[in-house]
Amino acid sequence: MSAVWLIRGVRLAEGLAERPEGPGGRACDLVLRDGVIAEAGTRLSAPGAQVLDAGGLIALPGLVDLHAHLREPGREDAETIETGARAAALGGYTAVHAMANTEPATDTAGVAEQVWRLGRQAGCCDVQPVGAVTAGLAGTQLAELGAMADSAARVRVFSDDGRCVSDSLLMRRALEYVKAFGGVIAQHAQDPRLTEGAQLNEGEVSGRLGLAGWPAVAEEAVIARDCLLAAHVGSALHICHVSTAGSVEIIRWAKSKGWQVTAEVTPHHLLLTDDLAEGYDPVYKVNPPLRTAADVAGLRQGLADGTIDCVATDHAPHPAEAKDVEWAEAASGMTGLETALRVVQETMVETGLLGWAEVADRMSARPARIGRLSGHGNPLKPGEPANLTLYDPAAPREPVDPAAHASKSRNTPFAGMALPGRVVATFLRGVPTVLDGKAAT
Amino acid sequence: MRAGNAEDRAAGAGGPPPAGPGRAGHARQKRVLEPAEIGRALSRIAHEILERTDGAADVVLLGIPTRGVPLARRLAGRAAHYEGHAVPCGSLDVTMHRDDLRLRPARALGRTELPPEGIDGKTVVLVDDVLYSGRTVRAALDALHDLGRPCAVQLAVLVDRGHRELPIRADYVGKNLPTSQREVVRVLLSEVDGEDAVLIADAVLPGDRRAGAHPAARRPGGAEGGRP
Amino acid sequence: MNRHLVSAASLTRDDALLILDTAEELARVADRPIKKLPTLRGRTVVNLFFEDSTRTRTSFEVAAKRLSADVINFSAKGSSVAKGESLRDTALTLEAMGADAVVIRHVASGAAHRLAGWVSGSVINAGDGTHEHPTQALLDAFTIRRRLRPCEAGAGPFPAGRGALDGVRVAIVGDVLHSRVARSNVALLNVLGAEVTLVAPPTLLPLAVGSWPCEAAYDLDAVLPKSDVVMMLRVQRERMSAAYFPSVREYSRRYGLDATRMALLPDHAIVMHPGPMNRGVEIAAEVADSARSTIVEQVANGVSVRMAVLYLLLGGAEFPEESGAGFPEESGAEFPEEGR
Repeated sequence: MSAVWLIRGVRLAEGLAERPEGPGGRACDLVLRDGVIAEAGTRLSAPGAQVLDAGGLIALPGLVDLHAHLREPGREDAETIETGARAAALGGYTAVHAMANTEPATDTAGVAEQVWRLGRQAGCCDVQPVGAVTAGLAGTQLAELGAMADSAARVRVFSDDGRCVSDSLLMRRALEYVKAFGGVIAQHAQDPRLTEGAQLNEGEVSGRLGLAGWPAVAEEAVIARDCLLAAHVGSALHICHVSTAGSVEIIRWAKSKGWQVTAEVTPHHLLLTDDLAEGYDPVYKVNPPLRTAADVAGLRQGLADGTIDCVATDHAPHPAEAKDVEWAEAASGMTGLETALRVVQETMVETGLLGWAEVADRMSARPARIGRLSGHGNPLKPGEPANLTLYDPAAPREPVDPAAHASKSRNTPFAGMALPGRVVATFLRGVPTVLDGKAAT
Repeated sequence: MRAGNAEDRAAGAGGPPPAGPGRAGHARQKRVLEPAEIGRALSRIAHEILERTDGAADVVLLGIPTRGVPLARRLAGRAAHYEGHAVPCGSLDVTMHRDDLRLRPARALGRTELPPEGIDGKTVVLVDDVLYSGRTVRAALDALHDLGRPCAVQLAVLVDRGHRELPIRADYVGKNLPTSQREVVRVLLSEVDGEDAVLIADAVLPGDRRAGAHPAARRPGGAEGGRP
Repeated sequence: MNRHLVSAASLTRDDALLILDTAEELARVADRPIKKLPTLRGRTVVNLFFEDSTRTRTSFEVAAKRLSADVINFSAKGSSVAKGESLRDTALTLEAMGADAVVIRHVASGAAHRLAGWVSGSVINAGDGTHEHPTQALLDAFTIRRRLRPCEAGAGPFPAGRGALDGVRVAIVGDVLHSRVARSNVALLNVLGAEVTLVAPPTLLPLAVGSWPCEAAYDLDAVLPKSDVVMMLRVQRERMSAAYFPSVREYSRRYGLDATRMALLPDHAIVMHPGPMNRGVEIAAEVADSARSTIVEQVANGVSVRMAVLYLLLGGAEFPEESGAGFPEESGAEFPEEGR
């Protein structure tokens, strides 16, 4: 039986539409009861309720991450569903999608339900399993997409992320097949032949550093093909971690045709560029790689105008020994759940590209819609589930300290970087999972 | 970066830092030898060499860079003029044989060039501008040892300022100049410095005189932080 | 100079000239009956070679021994590394052994950078993946200077501004994309004032070569008459299977240096090769053995240059930030105040 909560004096993000964020948006009170928002208004009272004084804070609908690697089953040395869910809650997330490249892969109903159950056990964030597109992520045969969709986990998003579904015929079939249950194929766009042994964005930096290049065209060509396929069969396509300005243009074109194409961008691709690789520190090694300033600008613009629908972290934890080696040997990936909202504030709000209402749209409403999660991403109105995040945008800039993260892994490229903002509280169906910036459960 | 070296440096840096012309904080600078006096001293040394080596038969003059080299050349020229035949001349760089290499960053090397007739069986006269602790000459003897086997080695210096730390003495001295260890002796030669002179100065550079003062302390943000 | 020599691109013109001038002096040691100097006595140099290379490793070994340093050869084969020990753990072992300098050759670009962060000694990059091979570029520049600018070479140590390669036209031919020798040479030759032209099929030039401080060309015959130096790079046959060029025969026909092409060179021009050569592929036997070829003297020059690098890194005080600060460096080796 969860307590009743009275949240006082908070500003709702949906009221903060100005660009740049102005003083607009009145402070209001929210009463959370029985897992829903019971009342919203001013000068509310709720006898016996726990009170949270939210003066100066912004309330966002609980954030939804479409893309995270929680590593369980198989790589529990890097992260478990429990630690990952806790990290997500601390980042303001009430739902996180767990990618399928686990060991064994999430390509059967059995593994999908296992992941889902572990998420419910952890309890601090809804964990939605993503199903593999192909068996074992091997790219040759479709996985049992229907079984996964019908399982208790109710999988709707399917992805071989980590690998590209590069066989055109297989991608077509997958897009067609999921129409039966309203699923969506999320593609990791990377032509394998053009990126064999690739280490870093192909460009001036890679040439100088002697690292094999990962050309932008290897992503853009696959996106173009898949948009055309999705249009041809009338199905839904989602593009994971868009990383180039060229990709944004192709997606813009596809959307202008009315095709069912959605896309996500990671926080690190909104801020970091490939010249960070110059010291050969593999904390900056990620797939798709960091690219140029022109790409960063194109991605920010794409997120601002909605061509890119949402921010997804691609949270990819790795143990120290996987990163403390030569660049070519190092694993690719960066953690991101606990820093995402702060990076988005830094790159999109502080620059005037997005207001807080739009942040709510890109980090909660749209990803919930793409993930087909009805209980998340809803506006903060009476009757809606009480999934919300309280955020302090005016918190003093603190350097990111990976040692303080709930994630088991420390591979964040933002270590030591002074980012604005602070997640103060997160509520999952009316139960606080984070209070005063710390895990509540 | 590495512990322990600040102490080494401090211990080794007890001597007065150098006083070049125009160096900040220079107290009194005295000219103790003028060009004419230098010329006369060199002429006398050249005569002495000829006298003691029976007319410089089988003598090779080797100057120690930097200023020992033009001095050796001048001596060779005078000796040739007085005696009527050429006296072979060359240079001997001692950097690689110094015993105090670790106290300073690695220094650029000077040229080592032996005359074609070599040094085996010859009388080598080392030539340098100032004789002080004697360590440079010791290094020169080591360097010579790996190059050949002279039958004798002698030493000619323009200035002997005393304070020997090794049993080394000069065979030919231009001028004896008693000095204190707080003083710095500088020889200027026209081939290198544009003029001939010998100067003595008290070297007092700001921030230098404290015991253990680390040269990094002279720069802002150096090893010891904000000391001027 | 820095505490490490990890890349030629990080050398200033003064640094490079200091190394070359020092190498000139040290080259004379090879002509003496006693080919030894006591300068690095008591210092330990470790050769950490993860890639086989007898030639480079031996060169460093001879250089270190001529300076009286102790040398430890650590080759990856059959060692704990082959059993999966990480580079980092190997570095810790070297630390424990008290290595003053580690010479590293590794298959991964950036390995020398990483090692420099893990050891307190000096790191010398003997070739990291396709990134850089700084001592190769230094010995190449040394060779060019001796052959084409003997006055500069014989000039001895001078203040900055003298003794460089201004105006020398160098053509570097071959698989530039995968060549650490090319990258180091482009950087170093450029800083010494030379004009570099890269010649290769488009597939073997980095896409961003336009931002490099050099020209790029596809036509070797057009470049040769305007070159004072032609540096041939080794081409690996495996590149054929990755479709960089259709066949060895076609590559050799379009980019190989044979006698006919050699005749296109100006009379004074020299031919260089970092070795090992693919005779008959990128270079014809008669070219390799001609008087223009510097291939053999490059080997001897390698020892002198590596002696200079070891001396400049290890022969003096251990805090790099001091070089140039405080003490007025007079020309030559004399202490301003004699003794101490």
